[in-house]
Amino acid sequence: MVSPGLDLELSFSQALQGLGLSPEAARLLWLPLPMLLVLVAAVVGVLVSVWLERKISAAVQQRIGPQYAGALGILQPLADGLKLLFKEDIIPARADSLLFTLGPVLVVIPVIVSWLIIPFGQNLLISNVGVGIFLWIAFSSIQPIGLLMSGYASNNKYSLLGGLRAAAQSISYEIPLALSVLAIVMMSNSLSTVDIVDQQTGAGILSWNIWRQPVGFLIFWICALAECERLPFDLPEAEEELVAGYQTEYAGMKFALFYLAGYINLVLSAVLVSVLYLGGWGFPIPVEWLAGWLGQPVDAPVVQVITGSVGIVMTVLKAYLLVFVAILLRWTTPRVRIDQLLDLGWKFLLPLSLVNLLVTAALKLAFPVAFGG
Amino acid sequence: MTIATTTELICFLVLSAVVVLGALGVVLLSNIVYSAFLLGGVFTAVAGLYLLLNASFVAAAQILVYVGAINVLILFAIMLVNKKEDLKAIANLGVRRAVSGGVCLGLFALLVRVVVTTPWNLPGPPAVGEEATARIGEHLFTDYLLPFELASVLLLMAMIGAIVLARRDVLAKDVVTGETADQALIEKARTPLLLERRSS
Repeated sequence: MVSPGLDLELSFSQALQGLGLSPEAARLLWLPLPMLLVLVAAVVGVLVSVWLERKISAAVQQRIGPQYAGALGILQPLADGLKLLFKEDIIPARADSLLFTLGPVLVVIPVIVSWLIIPFGQNLLISNVGVGIFLWIAFSSIQPIGLLMSGYASNNKYSLLGGLRAAAQSISYEIPLALSVLAIVMMSNSLSTVDIVDQQTGAGILSWNIWRQPVGFLIFWICALAECERLPFDLPEAEEELVAGYQTEYAGMKFALFYLAGYINLVLSAVLVSVLYLGGWGFPIPVEWLAGWLGQPVDAPVVQVITGSVGIVMTVLKAYLLVFVAILLRWTTPRVRIDQLLDLGWKFLLPLSLVNLLVTAALKLAFPVAFGG
Repeated sequence: MTIATTTELICFLVLSAVVVLGALGVVLLSNIVYSAFLLGGVFTAVAGLYLLLNASFVAAAQILVYVGAINVLILFAIMLVNKKEDLKAIANLGVRRAVSGGVCLGLFALLVRVVVTTPWNLPGPPAVGEEATARIGEHLFTDYLLPFELASVLLLMAMIGAIVLARRDVLAKDVVTGETADQALIEKARTPLLLERRSS
């Protein structure tokens, strides 16, 4: 049985109703809170990953990395952000200023809205929408429009080429990505991220999807890296060929929006890998078992607070482990060529993910116990 | 009026305004790139209307298919064929515009008539909400199986056609003379740089 866990919304609205507010007004007051919290969490997550990127890249290249801004250079990403904030906002003279401004906004918004479906615990998410993971796939398909828009509006051939490349890459890798997600959805009989994690909590680490979907895990991870435009797939901004791709003409806060979108997307993809394949908020040993061994009832408030905290810590820990892997990959692998990239996407990953889907379906029919019948 | 219904009404009005104005912009703007981007906005607003009708799966599918695939492909096509070309002035442009405007207005009047005369069943059947995903799947594989399969065959035909069109140039044999034509990339034989330098 799954325990209801913490329900902060219920407690909040009960407290407000105790003060004499109507349930609707209480809900209206509650709505912005988790959104604000997740927005702050996403931005702090970006700051942390920028710092990690700087430190890990330094370690890979046997440097020290930032060290003067705060202890271990921990304030360096903040300094980066402030610098971008105060830089002059330049719009090239012959550029299309409206589309030029709208482009980065369209790139950032879908990524931030996708945090809607990220669960940190049974009830610790903004909204448990039924279409959950499908919503994320839909939102991530909006991003190429923003990239095309900024590439076109810059009135620069490198920008246009970069934008076209970004859109082509995004479209090609979205299909294997969606197919590998589909295999997971088939196993958990639900699109909701909460249900997907719940289905993996039975036996701790042994029930994580990675053991049942090893191929899907690899496909998803490769496609997620390609969607985030991380090396080895950062062709849209390949600096040796395209100056900086669609970002070439951007400066100041608009450039920062691209930067922000890239890192938020990286953290988001890492969290989603952990949700889909690594048991989400689940501890390697189920917390319910631990509570049982210690003789504590699962419903006790202390146990629930601990379960909630462990959930958040586990989600963040798994996500940052994957971010670490992504950063190591970035600083150790060379960039692939555009034809190799498209070959990998269309001729290798797409057939492989189709086979993976079919095999999952067959296994589901053959062993309904292990593969969620 | 409660807060929820007020919010719903405001959302509906904003979305409808975006759909109508955006659609007018798609048709009337002279810059085709603006039209294509506005089309994306219209598709997104329609997805918002679906969301208001409690059809979240259809809304997400609308965004994924129309905004994420079709609109991006339209933009792609426009930007790849971005040739600056001075078009010839069209004769009788005013007459042509008047005629096409008249046809469109006639169609609009027809649609308005249909909307006014049809007895709409208000409120309609209750929305199934989250169950919709399973319901759509059941319908697609039972009573709507044939249209579903026909649509996939249609897409396959389009795909094969696109491949044939795109690969037309690369034939192993010359069509006229019948001799084998070498289409491989002409590549220089590779010699290691350092070896060459040492020998010279």
